[in-house]
Amino acid sequence: MIGLLRKQVHLRTNDLKPHYDVVIIGGGGHGLAAAYYLARVHGVRDVAVLERSYIGAGGTGRNTTIVRSNYKTPETIAFYKKSHQMFLELGQELDYNMLVTPRGLLWLAHSDNQLRLQRERAALNQAFDVETVFLDAAGVREVCPQLDMTGGGGKHPILGAAWHPKGCITRHDAVVWGYAAASQRLGVHVHQGIEVTGISTEGGRCVGVTTTAGPIAAGVVMSAVGGYVSNVARMAKIRLPIITHPLQAYVTESYKPAFDRVVASADLHIYISQSARGEFLIGAEIDPYTSYANASTWPFIASASARAIDLLPFLAKLRILRAWTGACDMSPDYSPVMGTTELKNFYVSTGWGTWGFKAIPASGLSMAELLATGKVPALIAPFRADRFRDDRAISERASAGTH
Amino acid sequence: MALRLSCPNCGSRPFTEFWFGGELRPLYREGMSPEEDYRRLWLPENAAGRQTERWFHHAGCRRWLTAERDTVTNEIHVVH
Ligand SMILES: Cc1cc2nc3c(=O)[nH]c(=O)nc-3n(C[C@H](O)[C@H](O)[C@H](O)COP(=O)(O)OP(=O)(O)OC[C@H]3O[C@@H](n4cnc5c(N)ncnc54)[C@H](O)[C@@H]3O)c2cc1C
Ligand SMILES: [Zn+2]
Repeated sequence: MIGLLRKQVHLRTNDLKPHYDVVIIGGGGHGLAAAYYLARVHGVRDVAVLERSYIGAGGTGRNTTIVRSNYKTPETIAFYKKSHQMFLELGQELDYNMLVTPRGLLWLAHSDNQLRLQRERAALNQAFDVETVFLDAAGVREVCPQLDMTGGGGKHPILGAAWHPKGCITRHDAVVWGYAAASQRLGVHVHQGIEVTGISTEGGRCVGVTTTAGPIAAGVVMSAVGGYVSNVARMAKIRLPIITHPLQAYVTESYKPAFDRVVASADLHIYISQSARGEFLIGAEIDPYTSYANASTWPFIASASARAIDLLPFLAKLRILRAWTGACDMSPDYSPVMGTTELKNFYVSTGWGTWGFKAIPASGLSMAELLATGKVPALIAPFRADRFRDDRAISERASAGTH
Repeated sequence: MALRLSCPNCGSRPFTEFWFGGELRPLYREGMSPEEDYRRLWLPENAAGRQTERWFHHAGCRRWLTAERDTVTNEIHVVH
């Protein structure tokens, strides 16, 4: 009884130490997960996560929480499949309710070209043991009767779809808080309100960071700052293949649970789900110019709403409640950038763009292994930062876009 | 607030009339090493602050323009 009424403390504050074995810049999902697996799997507990704002202030607290593994290259399918599986057990692992909810994901085709692409995607996924099947129009109607099969009076008729029944939505704040609290229980320090302002080097290797709370020495440093990675790269005097684009999203007011699928359309660059709170959540393409402004814009909301209503006409009656935007670290091939850099002992986890939330568990596990052992795990070796030098791009343009 | 660009040929227009061409990068020079060419092509500055960048006015004069924009505030300083 007493336990029931106890006030729950999620996160304690720690005194900042002048030295840590590992310093992780950025308290988003990728930084916190790496810290957790360092402590949990490798026994490396002298770890600090430095977050300039509050944990989850970046993309991890702003994303549309879609977890799926229906990608298009062998390298990425293996990686996201692992992450998807880890997500299903994450609540148990961290002792925190993630509200992982399998909704099933439809990628609609409105053209012959998309029909071919979605058929291909299903075949490729099956070859790698990821459950995706191709549905014709009748099959789509059965899975999601709310869809207007004419796509707004014949504008975008729905001809078929790739159906990924295991696609989930989850609770993004729980991912942040779950990893933070669990890593703190293992001895990791999570410091909020401390900004990294410089990377310290000695003899060509990284030896720590300077921060708004003073210098901190470190054995190794990892950057996990989402869309702000180029700023940290400048501090380290390195360049990365990243540009920063805003991605917007918005929700309607809450309504009764009425829509239990996630619907995406590559032709219309739009995706729609209903959250556990009942809000209809709408996302679409990145803003067409680079920016760090995190501004929501009317042209975006107007155009995305028009497209969403073409697919689900009942949305026209709903009222928009809230809109927000996050900064996305876009890579040229829409695949992540993980691993070593030109600066020794300085590692990056970036290139998460509009697709990195689902990757948090597998990336955290892999980056922790790299930081602890100095060896790049095979699962992430293809995602090295310098792959473009020798033409080893891993193109996910067609499937990573927008979520 | 949606971005507007003041085109030297057409006047102030919403950004939806333009295509973004990215930050201005050095052009290929004869004799550039593969390494220099790689860095030029794949490793952008991605400035947080003032950036020199290219825009194409597709719904207007159909010319390539060069603008100076603050990528943090989206304020556009000059277009030429
Ligand atoms: C609207 C939107 C929808 C999305 N939808 C999906 C989706 O459905 N599925 C999916 O898989 N992905 C999605 N994404 C992408 C996903 O959100 C990101 O890829 C992911 O959250 C990145 O996590 P991160 O830990 O790398 O960075 P972030 O979560 O951005 O964390 C970085 C942290 O670093 C901090 N920081 C920055 N600079 C410094 C500094 N100098 N010192 C200290 N701290 C610093 C920031 O304050 C921030 O808290 C979406 C993104 C957006 C914006
Ligand atoms: Zn013009």
